[in-house]
Amino acid sequence: MSEPIDTSYLDLDTKDETFLDSTEMVLNMGPQHPSTHGVLRVILKLDGEKVLGTECIIGYLHRGVEKIGENRTYTMFNPYVDRMDYVAAVSNGLGYCETVEKLLSVEAPPRAQYIRVILTELCRISSHQVWLGTHALDIGALTPLFYAFRDREEILKIFEKYCGARLTTHAFRIGGCIYETYDGFEQDVKKFCEFFIPKLDEYEELLTTNRIWLTRTKGVGILNPEDCIALGVTGPVLRASGVKWDLRKAQPYESYKDFDFEIPTGVNGDTYDRYLVRVAEMRQSVRILQQAIEAIPAGPIMAKVPKVIKPPVGEVYHSIEAPKGELGYFIVSDGSTQPYRVRVRPPSFVNLQALDKMVRGLLVADVVAVIGTLDIVLGEVDR
Amino acid sequence: MPEETKEPDSVLPQPEGAKAPSNADAAGKPAAPAVGAESAKVTPATEANPVESAKPAAAAKPAVPAAAAAPKPPATPAKPAGPVPEPWESEFAAQLRQQYGSAIQEASKYLGQTYMVVDQSILSEILRRMRDDEGFDYCVDITAVHYPKREQQFDMVYVLYSFPKNERTRVKTRIKDGEHVPSAVSIWETANWLEREVFDMFGIVFDGHPGLKRILLPDEWKGHPLRKDYDILLQDREWVQANLGIESGQ
Repeated sequence: MSEPIDTSYLDLDTKDETFLDSTEMVLNMGPQHPSTHGVLRVILKLDGEKVLGTECIIGYLHRGVEKIGENRTYTMFNPYVDRMDYVAAVSNGLGYCETVEKLLSVEAPPRAQYIRVILTELCRISSHQVWLGTHALDIGALTPLFYAFRDREEILKIFEKYCGARLTTHAFRIGGCIYETYDGFEQDVKKFCEFFIPKLDEYEELLTTNRIWLTRTKGVGILNPEDCIALGVTGPVLRASGVKWDLRKAQPYESYKDFDFEIPTGVNGDTYDRYLVRVAEMRQSVRILQQAIEAIPAGPIMAKVPKVIKPPVGEVYHSIEAPKGELGYFIVSDGSTQPYRVRVRPPSFVNLQALDKMVRGLLVADVVAVIGTLDIVLGEVDR
Repeated sequence: MPEETKEPDSVLPQPEGAKAPSNADAAGKPAAPAVGAESAKVTPATEANPVESAKPAAAAKPAVPAAAAAPKPPATPAKPAGPVPEPWESEFAAQLRQQYGSAIQEASKYLGQTYMVVDQSILSEILRRMRDDEGFDYCVDITAVHYPKREQQFDMVYVLYSFPKNERTRVKTRIKDGEHVPSAVSIWETANWLEREVFDMFGIVFDGHPGLKRILLPDEWKGHPLRKDYDILLQDREWVQANLGIESGQ
C-alpha cells in the first residue's frame, strides 16, 4: 500500500506554462457590453480570473468632430461640441465658447458669466448623477440608478425651460448667452438646491457605509498621484489620489473666483475615494449654485461680438474643468470665418488610458468597477 | 414631491413683486434682441478693423507659413489684425535663447499664453528639460496642425502644464511631410495615446513609440483625415464596402 506514487511524468521541477493555474486566456469585453458605458471594447489578458493586461479598442463612435470643425464656421460648430460628452453638453459648449472668445479678446458680461456658471454646475451635478447611477448599477446596486435618474430629471427640466433642450442644450453662444433666464428660473434653481441635498444624503445612505459597496470599491483600482500626473489624468480621478487641483480654482474662468467652495480630495486614490470625491463635489456644486443665484447681477447677457465671427490670425489653448476632467480646446485661426484647426483635448480619452495601469492584478469583475469609476463617455473618447 | 409643487406657488409671487427690474429683464425677451441689434449697429464700426485687416492678413497668409511664421521682424509690417505675438520675456526664455541660439526659432507670448518654436533636432532635449528642470510635469495635449503650402508642412504642438508653478505653455516644432518625430512616451506616459492619435489623423511617425498604430480609425483605413488635402467627403470606400456591406458611408 505504501508504494510511492510515480510523479515523474508531472515534471514538477520545470514550470509548465500550460499547466493549470498558469494558463493565459484572452477575453473580449465589449463593444456591446452594458458595463462599458457605450461602445468600448477591452481585450483582457487573463490568468484565471486575474487580469494580466488590457488593451482598449476605441473609435467605434468616431465622427470626425475636429474635421467637421474645420469645415464649419465658428458659430456653426458650436452645437457639434455638445455631441461629444453628451451627458455634460453644457460644459462642452462653455469650453468652446470661451476659447473662441479668447481668440476674439472679448469677455462675456457678468450676468452671462453667472448664468453660465449656474448651468455648468447644474450640468456637473447631472453628469455625476449619471455616473453614480450607472457605476452603482455595474457593481450590482440597482436602486441608486433609479434615484439618480429621478432627481436628474429636475435639472433637465430647468435646462428644458431655459433653452428648450434637455441634453444637447447649445445653451451658450460665443460672447455670452442668447437666452435670458425665464420667469421663475431663480426659484427653480433654489428649489432644486433645497430638494437635492436630502437626496444626496439618500444616495450616501444607500452606498457610503454599505458593506457590499465597500468590499467592491475599497482598494480597487488604486492610482497614486505620480501615476496620475504622468498619465495626464485629471478631474475627480486625480483629486481622489490626493492632488488638490481644480481648474476652477487654479486658473479661474467665468465668475468662479467670486464663489466660496472647496476642492474635495481623497487619500487612497481607490474607487471608493473617487466615489466620495464625486459625491462631495456635488455638494460643492450646490454651494456654488446657492451663492450664484443670490448674487446674479442684472445687465446684458451678450458681449459685443460681430455677427460674422472672424478671429484674428493666431492660436490659443484654453481649458475648463468639465465634470470628467480638463476639457481643452486648441483653436488655430487663419483670420477666416472657419477655424483652421480645432483640437479637442477630451478628458475621457486621456483618463481611459489609465485603465490598464489600474486593473492589472485585479479580477475581471473589478474591471467593470474601474471602467465605471473612470466615468468615461464614449462620445467624447471617440469624438 | 407634493412639497416641491407647492413651493413655487408660494415663492413665485414674492419675487415677482419684489424684483420688478430683473423680471422685466427676464420677461423682456425683447431686451435680448435689443442688445443684439445694438451690437449689430456697433459692430460695423468695430468690425471694420478686423475686416479691413483681414484682407491684408489673408494676402499675407501664404507668406506667413512660407516664412515659417517668421519670427517677428518680417511679420510686423503686415500685422494689423488684432493682437500680435510679443516676445516672451523671462529668465527661462532668455536662458534657452542663449544656450540653443537659432535652434529656438521663436519664443513668444500671444493673448497671455506663452509658446516656443524649437528646431526638431532639439525637441526631445527641450521636452525632457521642461519636465525635469522647469517642472512641467503634466503633458496636457499633443497634437499637430497641417499647413500644406509650407515646406515644413506640420506643426507639432505640445501643450504642457506645471503643477508647481500653475503655468501653461506650448512647445512647437515644425517638420516636413514624412519626417519622423522622437516619441515623448518616455517623458510623459500620457503621450502614448495622444501620439497614436496624431499618427492616425496626420500620418506623423513617432520614433521610439511602444506601439504606434491607429487608435480611432480601423487599422486598415487608408489616408489620414486631418490632413488638409483629405476632403471632408473623402472616405476609404474600399474599407467601407468591405466591412460595412454598404456602397458608401456618405
